[in-house]
Amino acid sequence: MGAARDRRTLKLAAIGTAGGLFSGLFGVGGGAVMVPLLLLWLAYDERVAAATSLGAIALVSAFAAGAQAIYGNVDVADALLVGIPAVGGVVLGTWLQQRLPADAIALAFAALLVAVAIQLAVAS
Amino acid sequence: MIAAAAIGVVAGIFSGLLGIGGGALFVPALTILLGHDQVGAEATSLLAIVPVALVGSWRQHGYGNLRMHDAAVLGLLSIAGVVAGVALANALPERALRIAFALLLLNVARQLLGRGLAGRRRRLAA
Repeated sequence: MGAARDRRTLKLAAIGTAGGLFSGLFGVGGGAVMVPLLLLWLAYDERVAAATSLGAIALVSAFAAGAQAIYGNVDVADALLVGIPAVGGVVLGTWLQQRLPADAIALAFAALLVAVAIQLAVAS
Repeated sequence: MIAAAAIGVVAGIFSGLLGIGGGALFVPALTILLGHDQVGAEATSLLAIVPVALVGSWRQHGYGNLRMHDAAVLGLLSIAGVVAGVALANALPERALRIAFALLLLNVARQLLGRGLAGRRRRLAA
């Protein structure tokens, strides 16, 4: 029992470290790494994985923002400009999540990300 | 500025729906619309994510989906990774970081494609 719990904590530590690395490197929450690992290693249900990852992201991104602030890279006004409207969006999004089939949304978002990736690569 | 705020709303909606998507849209909005360099956009995106993740996980807690203890362990044990990632982001050349970010977006898109197709198969089979 104790060994199983230790193994579980070790897996959470590995997932958190991987999520933190991605978060710090790319300025994202790290959910893209943590959600699949929670599904794969800890047999989480998909909705529970997304929710628990989001909870972790609150801490991970706060630490990463703090570390970036030490380098003098954080623009607080612009963070509020995109972050405050997004708070309204996330309330709507979680409400919709309980009511919509997620597959169509996942496909639409995948298409959007491909378009953004191409734009970024072309612009740079 | 209005476009950046509108992208904020869209990023929030996807973040709530899929558990990912805040930073994936914040960073491009900050570089393309507000003229930040890649590392500045990433740093600013991280701060913008904090309130979104707090409110999103509070809502998810209300729906009974959040495993609070696991989330806290994940978050607290992320620090070593965070410090390494931030140091790397500041050490890499702008263009390399931007291309790597674009590849990350493509990989997230591939994951979502898999999730979307699997979900669709399950729904059609049911």
